[in-house]
Amino acid sequence: MFPTRMVRALRCLVLALGLLLPTAALADLEGDLDGLREKSYNAKGEAVERIVAGGDERAVPILEAFLEGNLFIADQDDRIVIGEDSDGGYRIIDALTGEALGEVGKRDVSKIKINNKLRQLVKGSLGALTLGSKDPAARIRAADAVFRSTQVEMIPALEAAIAKETDATVKARLRRALAATQLAESEDTETRVAALQVLGEFTDPEVRTLAAGVLVTDGDGNPTEADAAVRAAAEAALKSIEEGLAVASLIANIFQGISLGSVLLLAAIGLAITFGVMGVINMAHGEMVMLGAYTTFVVQELFRASFPGAFDYSLLVAVPIAFVVTGVIGIGIERGIIRWLYGRPLETLLATWGLSLILQQAVRTIFGPTNREVGNPSWMSGAWEVTGGLVLTYNRIWIILFALLVFAALMALIRRSSYGLQMRAVTQNRPMASSMGIRTGWVDAMTFGLGSGIAGMAGVALSQIDNVSPNLGQGYIIDSFMVVVFGGVGNLWGTLVGAFSLGLVNKFLEPYAGAVLAKIFILVAIILFIQKRPRGLFALRGRALES
Amino acid sequence: MKSVLRGAMSAAAFAAALAGVSAAQAAETIKVGVLHSLSGTMAISETTLKDTVLMMVDDLNKKGGLLGKQVEAVVVDPASDWPLFAEKARELIEKEEVAVVFGCWTSVSRKSVLPVFEELNGLLFYPVQYEGEESSRNVFYTGAAPNQQAIPAVEYLMSEDGGGAERFVLLGTDYVYPRTTNKILRAFLNAKGISDDDIMENYTPFGHSDWQTIVAEVKEFASQGKKTAVVSTINGDANVPFYKELGNQGIKAEDIPVVAFSVGEEELAGLDTGPLVGHLAAWNYFMSVEADVNDEFITAWHAFIGDEKRVTNDPMEATYIGFKMWTQAVEQAGTTEVDAVRQAMYGQTVPNLTGGTAVMNTNHHLSKPVLIGEIQDDGMIETVWSTDKEVVGDAWSDFIPESAKLTADWTFPWVCGNCEEPKYVKQ
Repeated sequence: MFPTRMVRALRCLVLALGLLLPTAALADLEGDLDGLREKSYNAKGEAVERIVAGGDERAVPILEAFLEGNLFIADQDDRIVIGEDSDGGYRIIDALTGEALGEVGKRDVSKIKINNKLRQLVKGSLGALTLGSKDPAARIRAADAVFRSTQVEMIPALEAAIAKETDATVKARLRRALAATQLAESEDTETRVAALQVLGEFTDPEVRTLAAGVLVTDGDGNPTEADAAVRAAAEAALKSIEEGLAVASLIANIFQGISLGSVLLLAAIGLAITFGVMGVINMAHGEMVMLGAYTTFVVQELFRASFPGAFDYSLLVAVPIAFVVTGVIGIGIERGIIRWLYGRPLETLLATWGLSLILQQAVRTIFGPTNREVGNPSWMSGAWEVTGGLVLTYNRIWIILFALLVFAALMALIRRSSYGLQMRAVTQNRPMASSMGIRTGWVDAMTFGLGSGIAGMAGVALSQIDNVSPNLGQGYIIDSFMVVVFGGVGNLWGTLVGAFSLGLVNKFLEPYAGAVLAKIFILVAIILFIQKRPRGLFALRGRALES
Repeated sequence: MKSVLRGAMSAAAFAAALAGVSAAQAAETIKVGVLHSLSGTMAISETTLKDTVLMMVDDLNKKGGLLGKQVEAVVVDPASDWPLFAEKARELIEKEEVAVVFGCWTSVSRKSVLPVFEELNGLLFYPVQYEGEESSRNVFYTGAAPNQQAIPAVEYLMSEDGGGAERFVLLGTDYVYPRTTNKILRAFLNAKGISDDDIMENYTPFGHSDWQTIVAEVKEFASQGKKTAVVSTINGDANVPFYKELGNQGIKAEDIPVVAFSVGEEELAGLDTGPLVGHLAAWNYFMSVEADVNDEFITAWHAFIGDEKRVTNDPMEATYIGFKMWTQAVEQAGTTEVDAVRQAMYGQTVPNLTGGTAVMNTNHHLSKPVLIGEIQDDGMIETVWSTDKEVVGDAWSDFIPESAKLTADWTFPWVCGNCEEPKYVKQ
């Protein structure tokens, strides 16, 4: 059992005494540390509380190691040690004295296990010790840890921290933590009502949890909170939080729609070239995406092996390499297979379908059937917390930007370069272009290579949000065709608008209909739409389609 | 002329001798069928199990084989194609005349081969945790039934150590295993006094990759003032994007723990597990379990596969137990004949890899320990809770009224997989 308020109050006293009599506390750390050897998590929890109460500074690295799962008992001499990863084993140091004990194998030490409940306790306790950190990010982490663990003895420390805090963000987090702790631990009505008023300022699902927690009723419908004034304050707080959350959820929904749209756009944009512009039904398009993702994997492996320090830049290097690799494969496919099948859509479909199976199995043979780990660089991990209720993940933000960038670059290439001019000439009127001296065969190969290369770049982006497995491409091929057909074959703007509108509609339907039904609805809607407008949103007028 | 004749005769004799040798050799091997997908979507999980069987066969042959004969593995590839599973099963039993088949992963593939095994009286060892509600005379289920995985996991979440969850989100892929499991879980939660308002169920297609909305919904559902936990029966490839989204949206295991039934060490291998530390998995085996048998198994596996980085997982342990049990039963019966082996299977015990003992029960399910583990940053899963002793697998759930009445028992006088009264067989 973890201590009740009574025991906590007692421990506060002990804490105060510990500060007064540091020598007595120092002697105790070793004994308290031994409590971590216990098998029961409750006993370990009590040991952690004793360690924190001891107030010994040496406890901080030990608790951090415990939290990270790096605290072990060495089999050789039964000492508690901190282990760091080294080749095939751990470099261990004595937890108490810091004495280096050399390297041991993975199975020569047994880990001191930690579970979620302990993790929360340790984080909260460490928060107490790091509230005064110089780094604002560390102070935010500390404040959030205290917010979640709500320990009554933290109130004075929080009040002191708020008083001297200058950074507005950190101050808000500290106030949130203080209010949450007061709400949970105080018995004074006024303090709790004031705490709820503070909490009402935050648009955050976690704060909502606290306010709603006050209003929870028991099995018979009676409120579990006896104090009516606190209940009223909770209701008011809940109302203001919910208003904020409703706006946040709408913005989040739009963001998610745009994000899904950008993924669709990336997957479809290469197909808009090969299928839309050239008219080749390329079933192996998804495999080009997959090859791009595997290129990313290979590039990252090289970075891990040769320049581990520059890992964050691996994606920037992977983008051009993936473009070249898949582009060259695309040109090979066009020269080797597709150019013999122009004008025979059914055979093209079958040949590229077979090709997609061959590519999948080849990748499976080379890289194995299991998923490959493609790491997220640090600038793509985590999220931008606009408010607690509106969390925009960095990887999605970057992918939206990347999709738009690729689209803009492609438009510029087609509109402004002489190659783009030749490409448009060939698709609009092949014999005329040919008689003007354009090598149409070469333009075809380049165009197919361009489409494949863009698919490869899409693979780099998708490796950040999806599995890198031989099946990666299959998941996107249907969606890609859907986007291109819906947007209007042969029109890149159509692909852009098509992708974003499908993404938005899907995300607004999903909360009501569920993911499975939302997909079905969209498919049905597109079928009906194509019945009405067979050429999609933006129909091309002119000779290209009549032929 | 004479010499020509003699030559012809000696050639014929030689040919006959050759034929005799090969016939003798054929009689001396016992064939074991391996029915796991080596291509297509399920290859990711099933290839490992094929290798496990090959390793066991290899090991058995090194120790002198079975009944004095060498054992030969016949590997076929049903390519993640459910009807093809049935065709390949028929090929294995009728054409290859295998004594036993180790195979299948998804429930739909098992359902597809079931009629074939029952028609031809074959023997299938199915090594994956599944939704229960089945007991066939021709199948031994060496993975967990719901009462050996799902129910204890939810009980743990509701316990003080597990965080005392009072609200549950049931996320699953849209097919038979998650839907049946969630039906059982809902009935169980209702029986524990959790109302339907506190349960959210959500299904997604296979390979779902955009989890933004669902993760946001889970957050929203969790912010109603009660401790919330997520129970995930999300299958295969969809897990990676799901966990990535969880990590990026900052859902910590301390706030909303996610317990998964289909995520093991193999699935985590494709993932940076840093942000996932503390999320849970429920199985009957973890690679991290400290037991001498487990160390030996891991060493043998690394030696066989030639890669120190490969992980072991629960279905591998189930395959290991199934294979060992089958060899013991064959030795006891003195034959590979299916009916005799089946009789010898009941009560067969094999040391499992977690230091306990697996027992085959008369309902064709194993007794297994239940382990709940937390994901670590090195991709391993560490046990945080386990049952004191092995739990007997229950083919028919006690929490579904129409199933609670049913008994699966393949020994006299029941002799059936789903009956309410003893059913005697007429001789």
